[in-house]
Amino acid sequence: MAEERTVLEAADLGRAWRRVAHEIVEAQADGSSLMLVGIQRGGVALAQQLGETLGTLYGAPVATGTVEPGLHRDDLSQRGMSELHPTELPGDLAGQTVVLVDDVLSTGRTVRASIDALLGFGRPKCIRLAVLIDRGHRELPIRPDFVGKNLPTHTDERVEVRCDDRGAPQAVVLQSP
Amino acid sequence: MSWHRKHLLDIESLTAEEITAVLDTAREFKAVGERDIKKVPALQGKTVVNFFVEPSTRTRVSFELSAKRLSADIINFSADASSFQKGESLKDTARNLEALNADIIVIRHKAAGAPHFLSRFLNAHVVNAGDGAHEHPTQALLDVFTIREKKGDITGLNVTILGDILYSRVARSNIWALRKLGANVTLCGPRTLVPRVFEEMGCRVTYNLNDALADADVINLLRIQHERQRKTMFPSIGEYARLFGLNRKRLAATKPEAIIMHPGPMNRGVEIESEIADGDRAVILEQVTNGIAIRMAALYLVNGGQQDAL
Repeated sequence: MAEERTVLEAADLGRAWRRVAHEIVEAQADGSSLMLVGIQRGGVALAQQLGETLGTLYGAPVATGTVEPGLHRDDLSQRGMSELHPTELPGDLAGQTVVLVDDVLSTGRTVRASIDALLGFGRPKCIRLAVLIDRGHRELPIRPDFVGKNLPTHTDERVEVRCDDRGAPQAVVLQSP
Repeated sequence: MSWHRKHLLDIESLTAEEITAVLDTAREFKAVGERDIKKVPALQGKTVVNFFVEPSTRTRVSFELSAKRLSADIINFSADASSFQKGESLKDTARNLEALNADIIVIRHKAAGAPHFLSRFLNAHVVNAGDGAHEHPTQALLDVFTIREKKGDITGLNVTILGDILYSRVARSNIWALRKLGANVTLCGPRTLVPRVFEEMGCRVTYNLNDALADADVINLLRIQHERQRKTMFPSIGEYARLFGLNRKRLAATKPEAIIMHPGPMNRGVEIESEIADGDRAVILEQVTNGIAIRMAALYLVNGGQQDAL
């Protein structure tokens, strides 16, 4: 029977995610050439929420979209196919600073697939990576630019981020086998 | 995700959930086709064989383009250029194709059940691209995909299939798919080509064209399959056109929002008047476009599926 415990609560997560928003503004003073792209599915709600916070900080709405990494995965034959969700980008990528958003970063393979999927649409000025949780166990040379929380884990544990309807992270739950 | 099958052999054995899984997957692949770069690496390194033992151009080309958009390698193997004429059996030919390390075999054959037969001894995934007068699953899937796109929900829609039902694998697969998704299906055509036995599949059979068209939301016109008819089942093409062809006068009596479908190749002036084929109610070319998305979904899903046919 899997054991389940909450390791981070809403207040911690809210603060961490707001700090990430401030770090993005610090790195990118111009909000008009910024595009947030949530990775299907865990990153989508978080990107929405981050976009709202950034909209307030910049004083203007921030373009937000989604990307589906499924068709670009390197492990399709091992994992089998997963359900596909829409890739919806709010505009041309050329000249944009794209911030990829995901809930949990681990091996880096999903991020790699998402970058490939994005490049099929155009050539952004640069791509950055923002994650709520970095749990380690990287298998590719990928490093996040903005991290909410670092969470040391075992490989056989599962990390789940639970959000409310508006995409605000409510809890991070660690499931041990 | 409710797809676990290794093969796509027919619609009859699929559940409504499995059909919906294909349609939902195809929706995302349709978006891929609308991009500047119409290719994704999902089947990179996989080999697909188009094994066509019956002439077909459009289905073969559609599968070919679908495989290419998934980054698979595809080769075409057709009967006229093959060893069949030298006496090799279907089983041996298929085994030879598999020995080339083919991952997916797309088969079109004039014998009903040929894809099922291959699936029993091949390790490769098998996709049925039409077997005799039995089934043509990807055609039915692209038809229901097009209907869903135009009409929203399939449940409760009135779909009329008109023409040569008896010899049509398109009709059989469409009837299965539409019934499973909750549509009301009406069949109409000459008595010799629309036997009452189809009522057992849950369809309404009528020989009164006006009655069949009056409440239809979707009108699917089928081609008269000269090549499958052992003898002439109606007096003449001219008479068929007069009695069952869709012309402007008949169209005027249908619901204004009803859509006109045709799986192609169409005989203008026989089952459909030329102006209707080119009119704004016809979705015939959209069916062709959607065919790519459906076949991409079919190849993608079977490639990931492990469960053998039951």
